[in-house]
Amino acid sequence: MRYRSVVLGIAWRNLHNFFKNPTLIIPALLFPLFFFTAFAGGLSQVSDVPGFDYRAGYTAFQFVFVLLQSSAFGGVFTGFAMARDFESGFGRRMMLAAPNRSAIIAGYALAALGRAIFIWIILTAIALAAGMQVGGDAVDLVGLYTLAAVVNVAALMWAAGVALRFRSLQAGPLMQTPTFLILFTAPVYVPVDLLTGWVQAVAEVNPISAVVEEGRELIAGGGADALLAFGAAGALALLLAAWALLGMRRAEAAGG
Amino acid sequence: MSSPVFTQVAELGRRSIMRTLRQPAQVVPTITFPLFLLAINAGGLDATTNLPGFPTNSYLTFALAVPFIQSGIFAVNNGGADLARDIETGFLDRLALTPMSGVALVAGQLAGVIALGFINAIVYLLVGLAAGASLAAGLSGAFVLLALATLITFAFGCIGVYAAFKFGNGEAVQGLFPVLFVFLFLSSMALPRPLIEQDWFRTIATYNPVSYLIEGIRSLFIDGFDAEALALAFGSALVIAGIFLALAVTNLRTRLVRT
Repeated sequence: MRYRSVVLGIAWRNLHNFFKNPTLIIPALLFPLFFFTAFAGGLSQVSDVPGFDYRAGYTAFQFVFVLLQSSAFGGVFTGFAMARDFESGFGRRMMLAAPNRSAIIAGYALAALGRAIFIWIILTAIALAAGMQVGGDAVDLVGLYTLAAVVNVAALMWAAGVALRFRSLQAGPLMQTPTFLILFTAPVYVPVDLLTGWVQAVAEVNPISAVVEEGRELIAGGGADALLAFGAAGALALLLAAWALLGMRRAEAAGG
Repeated sequence: MSSPVFTQVAELGRRSIMRTLRQPAQVVPTITFPLFLLAINAGGLDATTNLPGFPTNSYLTFALAVPFIQSGIFAVNNGGADLARDIETGFLDRLALTPMSGVALVAGQLAGVIALGFINAIVYLLVGLAAGASLAAGLSGAFVLLALATLITFAFGCIGVYAAFKFGNGEAVQGLFPVLFVFLFLSSMALPRPLIEQDWFRTIATYNPVSYLIEGIRSLFIDGFDAEALALAFGSALVIAGIFLALAVTNLRTRLVRT
């Protein structure tokens, strides 16, 4: 019972701050919309490239990437909030109040998911208004958003691990840059087969590539390799959850 | 330029250059971030060179123009944030007590970002050529490229200086960074304008001056000396610089009156 109240209390506070503060909510909302506009609008001709045979169209192709990207950055930005809380000393007060400190991480994870769901709703509405084709059924779409949720949790766990180790917003680039790198070395603009050079070599071993490709298959109607995608995302989330919990131990040892 | 003004510009310029180059946080991202994006896009969008009408068979050559503009966007942040810090710490107030001219102040403050922009341009060019891009305009084109890149950095730096005088705090200047990235992404950055399929996007790109800056630089890599593209690029940069320099000087006067 106490665990749940800590989780809900932290999540509510974080979401309250997010929705009440325009400097937090506007960039979180505008960035995915802007990326979606720039990619789906400016690069739609890419679907005419020989060998590009994605059946749901370029808008859906880019929608999936931007959905996953916004999920990941929703987690990272919540990690910023965590770093700020520990920098200001609020983290220490939270640790005094929480008998099981993993509840603190779970609270931020719940907040990150809440932020991501808000962005998903707006992004999906705009994509549908822009004429995105959806070939997948309800089960496929549940699969797509579940995949996005797992990515959100994984990114939050990564950012939380960094935030708890450094307990300063100055560690922001360390949370953001690897997330950016792993996302953009996946097949962003074209399928893996059409990539060239080192980007193709990296994309072939990047676990996020499987997630992005499966997401695209789900929205088009028909998963390609659900086990691989969910396995890769889940394993990443579990690994990074361990990283975050170890970070919490470091924060405890340092006295918050 | 009269001697006292020259001395003022030289002194402030020296301070600005030293301050910029001594901050790795200002130097490193301006080199690594654009080159990383270039590498990703060159691999990710190389297939678009198969589109009918694409002007070159190397996407690296096509995309190499973009880092020069990104360097300009960093100049907004770096130049503006440094000046905002001078305002916040009271350094500008102390300068206001001296007979320092407004022009000297603005020009001196921008010396650091202009020097960094020039260094960045050389690095982008050398890395691009080493990675396999070609420069159709040859060696003389390289000098034109460096001149245009420096002018673009100056033009964007003027936006940063204006923002610093206008808002007086570094956080507000940093907030311009994503706004300017919007201008970059809504341009002919990723595809030539005739190949942009969506009418509304092509229209925005056509009215966006950043498209002309990119196309001017790109013409040197792909076409050689394209007088129209270069005139539009130099012209756009001069117009941006002129507008924001005038606004910066006006806001400087207001700020000094307030002081």
